[in-house]
Amino acid sequence: MKIKLIARISLALLKARLKQTMVAAFGVTFSITMFIALLSFMGGLNDMLDSLILNRTPHIKLYNEILPSPIQPIAKSKAYNGAYHFVGHIKPKNELLDIRNSEAIIEALTHDSNVRGVAPKTTVPVFYNVGSINLTGVVDGIDVDAENRLFTFQDYVVEGNTIDLKNTPNSIILGIGAARKMLVQIGDKIQITTSAGIRFPLKVVGFFQSGIDEVDKVQSYTTLSTTQKILGKPNSYVTDIQIKLFDMTVAPSLAKRYHNLFETEAIDIQTANAQFETGSSVRTLISYAVGITLLIVAGFGIYNILNMMIYEKMDSIAILKATGFSGKDVNAIFLTIALTIGCIGGALGLIFGLGLSVLIGEIPFNTASLPTVKTYPINYDLKFYLIGAVFSVITTYLAGYFPSKKASRIDPVDIIRGK
Amino acid sequence: MKKKTVIEAINICKSFHDPITVKVLTNVSFSINTGEFVSIVGKSGCGKSTLLYILSTMDTSYEGDLLLDGTSMKNKRDAELAKVRNEKIGFVFQFHYLLNEFNNLQNVMLPALKFDKLSPEEIEHNAYEKLKILGIESEALKYPNQLSGGQKQRVAIARALINNPLIIMGDEPTGNLDKMSGDVVFNIFKELAEEYNQSLLIVTHDLDFAANTHRTITMEDGKIIGSEIGTATIEGKR
Repeated sequence: MKIKLIARISLALLKARLKQTMVAAFGVTFSITMFIALLSFMGGLNDMLDSLILNRTPHIKLYNEILPSPIQPIAKSKAYNGAYHFVGHIKPKNELLDIRNSEAIIEALTHDSNVRGVAPKTTVPVFYNVGSINLTGVVDGIDVDAENRLFTFQDYVVEGNTIDLKNTPNSIILGIGAARKMLVQIGDKIQITTSAGIRFPLKVVGFFQSGIDEVDKVQSYTTLSTTQKILGKPNSYVTDIQIKLFDMTVAPSLAKRYHNLFETEAIDIQTANAQFETGSSVRTLISYAVGITLLIVAGFGIYNILNMMIYEKMDSIAILKATGFSGKDVNAIFLTIALTIGCIGGALGLIFGLGLSVLIGEIPFNTASLPTVKTYPINYDLKFYLIGAVFSVITTYLAGYFPSKKASRIDPVDIIRGK
Repeated sequence: MKKKTVIEAINICKSFHDPITVKVLTNVSFSINTGEFVSIVGKSGCGKSTLLYILSTMDTSYEGDLLLDGTSMKNKRDAELAKVRNEKIGFVFQFHYLLNEFNNLQNVMLPALKFDKLSPEEIEHNAYEKLKILGIESEALKYPNQLSGGQKQRVAIARALINNPLIIMGDEPTGNLDKMSGDVVFNIFKELAEEYNQSLLIVTHDLDFAANTHRTITMEDGKIIGSEIGTATIEGKR
């Protein structure tokens, strides 16, 4: 009953100032709309930019690097135990780039409960022969199925089909940049030369576009077995093992474990792409800051209107207090007004925000570097809506808090005597 | 008829401290019984309004004691005093202070809805009754700004009556009204006192008004300097 009475009085006061109330509510609506649209758009862009790298990057990569041995023979000598060694001109040992015992490692990894999938890869530096000109390039031998499953390889093949790579012997999918330079079409044959001087003919079955121009000029793909054939190595020859995990966050600790366990180099995605994490979080931070600033500005609007209402309704407040409404009741009345403005404005804002996001999501967005993206990316995360709703209530509550407090402290005697 | 004391002031003193200490009330003591129609008169600035606001519990910074229905109002919390005002005191001010957002009936109902003892239907019925006593039940569904000054003041009186208070207090209730409307209001007060046994305490500077009440308390410089039986009582004794 008491709540109903307070609601009734609040509503009557709201109605008496309908225009200003609507302006205040519109302020909240506008800020929530922009907040939702901004975060959805920013979130979508972030996801897209991240996926540009993250989709194509293994969570952990196992590889060998040509490095000087960390423990030099002199360190093992008992005669110089405890002494500091100055050894000049250390050279790395002549080691193969392949991962030793790769089949056993892959077998062990597929049984690891953290691992979603394993894709072996062999990288070969080559020259593409175009008449008398040699273009430098890199050919990756891949397991087509694993690459499709783990790294959405198919999405980046803009012409041709990945399945042809698997089914046609001695075939290649060329980077689109390299293909343009070489003026080749699907079905053409090209020649490549390895660093060891071996020439090898390959049939072009598709074009590949990563979105990064520099990569597209050099990068091509063949199957693992083709690369092994080019190099004249056995089919256990693998230079990289790419691992996708179920949970990306454990990558650094797992990388360390694999490094010790398999005696190879292991790099995790966080270390390899630290700048992307930073970029995303800064962009997110900026959009939150802008959104919350908008809300605070709307909060000041509500504060102003409530203050004005209190000055106007001083007499009514005084008489309510004189006839037995306590300060608490008056406080509740004005807080109800503020929260009504906030809730109605906020709810409309959420709806308009969704609408605006959908609209932005319909705007065409074609870019050569992103073959899969046709319109502006939008992230419809429920989280943004929850934050928007909570913040609209909190800011309006704070905006209403001080004017309400002031109203509750009005001394009826002062007002009535002042007449 | 058994006389019961409804309100009693005991040695009430009050000073204003801003900007310098000025004593406005000095040892004010008196009491009012059920059904008594008392007026307070005095020159402006003599402290009569200040006294009224202390008696009405709205002003709490004073010395001395105030008994309402036998209970001390000292050391009560704000919310408790609000409850006392709601249930036991009815107010009529010089200005009507009706809420323009509500119609007259709703204005009258508000304090009762706050009291929350009866159902809204009963409250509405009571509000109609009170408006009928004041002869303005036909204006019930109009809004305050559609009424004349005298009518507004009568709605305000109905509002003061709605919770059947122990006492009605008035601060120059006829001050803003013309002679005729003033007389109507005065007659209503008198009727309330004599027919409904309602206690009334009215501050006024209208000596004619005061002379027709049961008792007139005269104040000067914050002190009570006289208390005389009004003509109404003499007539009443017949």
